[in-house]
Amino acid sequence: MLNYLWSFMILAGVGWAALHGTLPETARGALEAAGEAVSLCVTMLGIMSLWMGILKIGERAGLIDRLAGRMAPVLRFLFPDIPAYHPANRSIAFNMIANMLGLGWAATPAGLKAMKELEELEEERRQEAEGFSASCGAAVHPAPRGIVSHPAPRGTVLRSASRGTILRPAPRGTASREMCTFLVINISSLQLIPMNMIAYRTQYGSGAPAAIVGPAIAATAVSTAVAVLFCKWMDGVGRRRAG
Amino acid sequence: MKLILYLSECVIPLTIFYIVGFGALMRRPVYDDFVDGAKEGAQTVIGIMPTLVGLMAGVGVMRESGLLACLSEGAAGWLEGLGIPSRIVPVALVKLFSSSAATGLALDIFKEYGPDSELGLTVSILLSCTETVFYTMSVYFMSVKVKKTGYTLAGALLASGAGAAASILLGRLMS
Repeated sequence: MLNYLWSFMILAGVGWAALHGTLPETARGALEAAGEAVSLCVTMLGIMSLWMGILKIGERAGLIDRLAGRMAPVLRFLFPDIPAYHPANRSIAFNMIANMLGLGWAATPAGLKAMKELEELEEERRQEAEGFSASCGAAVHPAPRGIVSHPAPRGTVLRSASRGTILRPAPRGTASREMCTFLVINISSLQLIPMNMIAYRTQYGSGAPAAIVGPAIAATAVSTAVAVLFCKWMDGVGRRRAG
Repeated sequence: MKLILYLSECVIPLTIFYIVGFGALMRRPVYDDFVDGAKEGAQTVIGIMPTLVGLMAGVGVMRESGLLACLSEGAAGWLEGLGIPSRIVPVALVKLFSSSAATGLALDIFKEYGPDSELGLTVSILLSCTETVFYTMSVYFMSVKVKKTGYTLAGALLASGAGAAASILLGRLMS
């Protein structure tokens, strides 16, 4: 993707310059920007080393684990159908906390692990659904997501913990409801302190580089709130359609 | 607004205090941990330097040739009618695909208008409250071989749009 975007920037820019006689300025612009990128990196080298160093202290001292442990009520609200004992809970909590702290390198591996565990959970549900439909003689068609209204045996991953009804698993190759919710919330951005942006603002002579922290948290809260509402709403639509 | 700005300035020192204090309470060798992390941070920055050079040069070419001005003026009329600053739109769109390319465009705004201008503040908040939608989705879904992504894209775009709207509003309030 970036290959297309970047070649468009260069090719269209130089083409435009040739047509409008701005080729010398364009050459100067490219060279100056390259130098500017390096001086920006020098500023960032200081700020990001300091910040990553601080965050490393937190990570090694077990701060992410500690905070992730407090996420249980949030997870129960967002993912009511993941059984409490399931390892996916832990990975999701870890990913979310690491994202909030801006620890991208710690967040991504945990997030990918969460996706794998959610897929395993869905696979368990699929197998149970096959067994279940065979045992009661009714074919459970692999409809997208949602519930069927048969009573389920207790203690299965198929039973919705929140409603006591039976979940209808997503077919293979399709995202489960939990995956969609997890990713939408993840992409809605959770980062609380945008240290990169503070570094850029410092480099460009801002009078108050950190002044954006409060507004950035507010904007992040807005986008995350919209993400949560949307997921809850889609969840409801999926259930009604299937039920 | 003054209070928010003041609290903003306090968040970072307090966070540093909390984390270092937490590490000390856990009896960690905090300075050694710090140095290890700082090394990683330095490597990260050096790692992204070639990307930044490439993208900032690309933005430099677009700006100096006059193409960037032409592109943003093209849609400026009806965008500003809606209250959307036209310079923000390319940043928001590019951010869906690549964080560093969006940074390149944002820095161009800093250079032209200054980071504390309304536009500079808006773009700072915008890039802090949005994620690279398409990149993240492809990495996460590819890892579990999922092709049909359900309502993820719609939700992610909606959330990003809400974040962008909030940024424009907050940028206006702050300046």
